[in-house]
Amino acid sequence: MELVFALVIGTLTATGVFLLLRARTFPVVMGLTLLSYGVNLFLFASGRLTTGGQPILGSTDNYTDPLPQALVLTAIVIGFAMTAFLVVMALRNLADNDDDHVDGKQPKQDAHTSKLEREVTGK
Amino acid sequence: MNHWLTAPILIPLIGGILQTFMGYAPMSLRRTLALATTVLIVVATLGLLFMADDGSYRVYAFGNWQPPFGIVLVLDRLAAFMLVMTSVLALFCHLFALGGADEGNRQFHTLFLFQLMGLNIAFLTGDLFNLFVAFEVLLIASYGLLMHGGGTARTVPGLHYVVLNLVGSAIFLISVGMIYSVTGTLNMADLAVKIPQVTGENLHLVKAGGMMLLVVFALKAAVLPLCFWLPKAYAHATAPVAALFAVMTKVGVYAIIRVYLLVFGDDAGELANLGMDWLFPLALITLAMGVIGALGANNLRSLIAWQVIISVGTLLAPIALGSREGISAALFYMLSTTWTVGGLFLVATLIASNRGGAADRLITAPKMRHRTCLSALFMVGAVAAAGLPPLSGFFGKILILKSVEPGANMAWLWSVVLIGSFLTVVAYSRAGSIVFWRTVDGHLEDKDQQHWPTSFAAGALTALSIVIVALAGPINEYTDAAAAQLLDTSAYLEILDVPVVGEDN
Repeated sequence: MELVFALVIGTLTATGVFLLLRARTFPVVMGLTLLSYGVNLFLFASGRLTTGGQPILGSTDNYTDPLPQALVLTAIVIGFAMTAFLVVMALRNLADNDDDHVDGKQPKQDAHTSKLEREVTGK
Repeated sequence: MNHWLTAPILIPLIGGILQTFMGYAPMSLRRTLALATTVLIVVATLGLLFMADDGSYRVYAFGNWQPPFGIVLVLDRLAAFMLVMTSVLALFCHLFALGGADEGNRQFHTLFLFQLMGLNIAFLTGDLFNLFVAFEVLLIASYGLLMHGGGTARTVPGLHYVVLNLVGSAIFLISVGMIYSVTGTLNMADLAVKIPQVTGENLHLVKAGGMMLLVVFALKAAVLPLCFWLPKAYAHATAPVAALFAVMTKVGVYAIIRVYLLVFGDDAGELANLGMDWLFPLALITLAMGVIGALGANNLRSLIAWQVIISVGTLLAPIALGSREGISAALFYMLSTTWTVGGLFLVATLIASNRGGAADRLITAPKMRHRTCLSALFMVGAVAAAGLPPLSGFFGKILILKSVEPGANMAWLWSVVLIGSFLTVVAYSRAGSIVFWRTVDGHLEDKDQQHWPTSFAAGALTALSIVIVALAGPINEYTDAAAAQLLDTSAYLEILDVPVVGEDN
């Protein structure tokens, strides 16, 4: 279970960081969402992984640490609100600049690359 | 248990909630109530300052849970100092906002008060996770404030600011998780007990967590290489917001002082003084970077935004060295620089509104209105910020220079700070001479829109530099005592034994 859990966190974080470094706002938002999933799972694991244990002392033989669950809950709520705000900001950026580039507009390109891009994107 | 500790949090909370539901009330009523709330915060924080001055720790345990099991608020000299610094700055910023900057968005006062609430929680909390929550509270309010006033120029810097801080929050959570997984606690006093006992392979986990935490705080404090978001964001924000944000970087500095002196202090065994050997060179490079930015700025507001970075570098260098005199000097300088930079942002906005289309850009323009008054204010601010005698920045820098012991560190600190100060003076003289002296014929077409709250707030905040000089003795005594209290970490640990209400013993 530990291995699967670690791999999931690793994949989520790596994908999140990769998307975060993209130049368009939509992948950035997606990247931050994935990153926060990874972080939440990581935080959850900081109380050690147990199966079938209740977070109440004395109810079962093996109990699980309740505090990380409370921390994760807080982190999820905050992360959700922040992501919602970021989506609004990204839309505002798109509306203000007619472009969803993270810098508002694309840096100057030479004719060759823009032609290539037109071919790829079909614009 | 001392219930007064919740006052700086509850007052802006209640005031902010009132404002939320008053979006359609008459402007004058909203303004009066909002300003009254800020005045109440100043009164409350001053009360806490006098309370904290006796040198003992005061604790408020939420829900009456015995620390370390519940969240605690802790008041000591440093926390009270930060609270007063913030509330006084906020009062003048708020007064400035009443001159018209609060129009255009019904929730300006709400956001402003919630921002203060987040700042006050961050200064009072004694729990690492609660510090994260405080950061989020102040950040989400700051996102709104940064975008206040609209305009497409603010969208892109705002987007960068939000994304960067979300990444910062993610790193904060990771480091909190790493520290918790080893120590099983997030209460700062309890961490200070548990961290020296960490051994073996767990040591690396805590070390990695601690260093990542430093990255987060450095991002908030805008230390190089994490400072490039700041100039654009601050230079585009509305004046009172930019002035209030002068304290936002100081939250990062505060968090570094609090966590690294207490948790990773001299008593932390193998993890003692974690990261401080990194922080010292980074602080000096930040200072140099800020000076270069200030020299290259093409308008007044970005010049002042770079000044924020200069002051962060100047502040963190003595803190990284960790001597009692150094921390005391840094606190003194922090007070001076925060108020001065805030005042300069307000003055720069007044200048911009009196220069017609040239605004605050460093170009020749027709002669501005109110030139004598504004140039005097700018000069006071610039002298205080650059650290020339006789104003407060000079005393702050002198104290910082005097605090280092002879050696390589001293050579580095002295040379960087002194050359940096000289070049800052050059940057300010260049900006001032272009803006005030290099005029062309012509007249301004727009109307004079100056109101008394704006001029008064900008003037008063700038003049606080003179007040600091007049009160330099008492303030320095206080910062000395605060530094001594910070370095005596064993006293902080006593909050773990604080009796909660209703216990039998």
